[in-house]
Amino acid sequence: MKTRSNSQTSLDESKLVKYSLIATAILFLGVMLVVPLITIFVEAFRKGAEAYFQSFTNEYVLQAIKLTFITSAIAVPLNLVFGVAASWAIAKYSFFGKSFLITLIDLPFAVSPVISGLVYVLLFGAQGWFGSWLIANDVQIIFAVPGIVLATIFVTFPFVARELIPLMQEQGNDEEQAALLLGASGFQTFWKVTLPNIKWGLLYGVILCNARAMGEFGAVSVVSGHIQGTTNTMPLQVEILYNEYNFVAAFAVSTLLAILALLTLVLKYILEWKVLRELKKLKNEE
Amino acid sequence: MKIEVKNLTKYFGNFVALDNINLEIVPGELLALLGPSGSGKTTLLRMIAGLETVDDTDTGEILFNKIDVAKKDIGDRDIGFVFQHYALFKHMTVFENIAFGLRVKPKKDRPSNDEINKKVTKLLQLIQLDGFANRFPWQLSGGQRQRVALARALAVEPKVLLLDEPFGALDAKVRADLRKWLKELQEELGITTVLVTHDQEEALEVADRIVVISKGKIEQIGTPEEVFHNPANEFVINFLGNVNLFHGREEDGRLNIDSSLENEDNNSKFLIRPHELEIVSVNDKDAILQAKVRYIQLAGSQVKVELTHLENEAKRVLVEISHYEFKEKNINKGDIVGIRPRALRTFEDGAGI
Repeated sequence: MKTRSNSQTSLDESKLVKYSLIATAILFLGVMLVVPLITIFVEAFRKGAEAYFQSFTNEYVLQAIKLTFITSAIAVPLNLVFGVAASWAIAKYSFFGKSFLITLIDLPFAVSPVISGLVYVLLFGAQGWFGSWLIANDVQIIFAVPGIVLATIFVTFPFVARELIPLMQEQGNDEEQAALLLGASGFQTFWKVTLPNIKWGLLYGVILCNARAMGEFGAVSVVSGHIQGTTNTMPLQVEILYNEYNFVAAFAVSTLLAILALLTLVLKYILEWKVLRELKKLKNEE
Repeated sequence: MKIEVKNLTKYFGNFVALDNINLEIVPGELLALLGPSGSGKTTLLRMIAGLETVDDTDTGEILFNKIDVAKKDIGDRDIGFVFQHYALFKHMTVFENIAFGLRVKPKKDRPSNDEINKKVTKLLQLIQLDGFANRFPWQLSGGQRQRVALARALAVEPKVLLLDEPFGALDAKVRADLRKWLKELQEELGITTVLVTHDQEEALEVADRIVVISKGKIEQIGTPEEVFHNPANEFVINFLGNVNLFHGREEDGRLNIDSSLENEDNNSKFLIRPHELEIVSVNDKDAILQAKVRYIQLAGSQVKVELTHLENEAKRVLVEISHYEFKEKNINKGDIVGIRPRALRTFEDGAGI
């Protein structure tokens, strides 16, 4: 009898622990994530839908949106190519300095974005290493679009590679060897064998890369110079609008970024499921 | 196609993977490369395929019909390769897997869709997977996948078929069925085939000739009968099945066991297979040894009797006899019996068999 009551108490206790942990997690998520997210939309629509949409007619806002899209349209494809190349090299070949390269890819995750931006200022700025040459040749990188693109590329380059390396390592290179032995060219092998095998992982990496490219603040802030209508991306424009006490417009632009984040989450969820399924199939095959 | 490997030495860093290999593959034969794991047999196969190259630090050459293939691209070697883990294209159907080699041909050599259809259908019949064209690899069993891999390799009509432990990942029963099927298919097609395996039974069953490899060196080349009955050295006889080791001297065709010779040279070593020993009564004048019956294993086509030397229980002897003989002699666990070799032969480097 005694043991039974004992076990019941311990069961009660574990239930208590369980529910209090769940409650803590939900409360925390609610306060830290959901409430702010709702706030964005509430603030954006505080003065009605008209004021909300009015915000997007502002020339500077439109320019900021445009620049954000241009930046990610350059940074994401470049990082896609880089990511595929790097993970191919790491997963399918062994070479000297491989683990160093893997560490290097993670560097942008480890460094504060502000530092990332600062590095480019020190390299390409007027007082920087290449500064005098750039001025002499009339090339402007810092406080201009090229600087923003460079900083964005730096900050976002681990995403695709990080996603693909484990996937490609898992898959090995038997299929590629089989294709080559069957007479396929290198390009045919990549296009018909490798790419279909990594497509979901690749898309997943691209989605995350894009979300970060559009949302990046720190690194871009350092190199941008905040010239309204020229070198402001969406996140920078939000800051400026907010500092100008133009809350409705600030939150209106924020809603775009929030919607982007939500879309990313949905896609991420779907793609994660697809990648997992591919990996399961792979396990099944062995 | 005739393949010659001449004085081939391959290094991986400081490790000698292949040590001065000389080998000639006769057109139309099924050659088995047999050896333990790490012996270099797979490296040799992959070098013939071109998956490993003859690097600057390596020596020797590989000739296809007298032409050095070192500079030839993998795809231009006319080779069909089958991997241990199938390496099927998992996002393609069975049909597309088999058709792959035809579809990637340069435009001028590429068969029309109709021709590809016909060819793949024919291959599907050949591998007895007629209704499986639209399945994906993950929907097939291991044996079925390996047959698809074989059909895929055959689709481009290679001059040589290279198989890297093709049945290694399969169940024993499937493995036995599949290798019989492969042997028949190979004879029917007459295609030169090289098979890598660590399974001596597999090699003995399917191969026309066997190359026994150990530590990057060829130990013996010969027909299954030759390597089994006339092994060139101790490694070969050990690797090709169970064997009993005795130390002694031969006098008038009779073996006198003498354990004091254990640390002597090869002349006192006698290696005798379990089926070449006979169990006789303990007082039999031809018995070379008295022994005690320890275990009897009745399952199998032969009865396996494990005995220990009477004078030294740590030394074991394995004898295989027919069920008929076993019943007739009424052998029981714990019996003290005599052991007699049915035949005693000597061979080149001095050890007897």
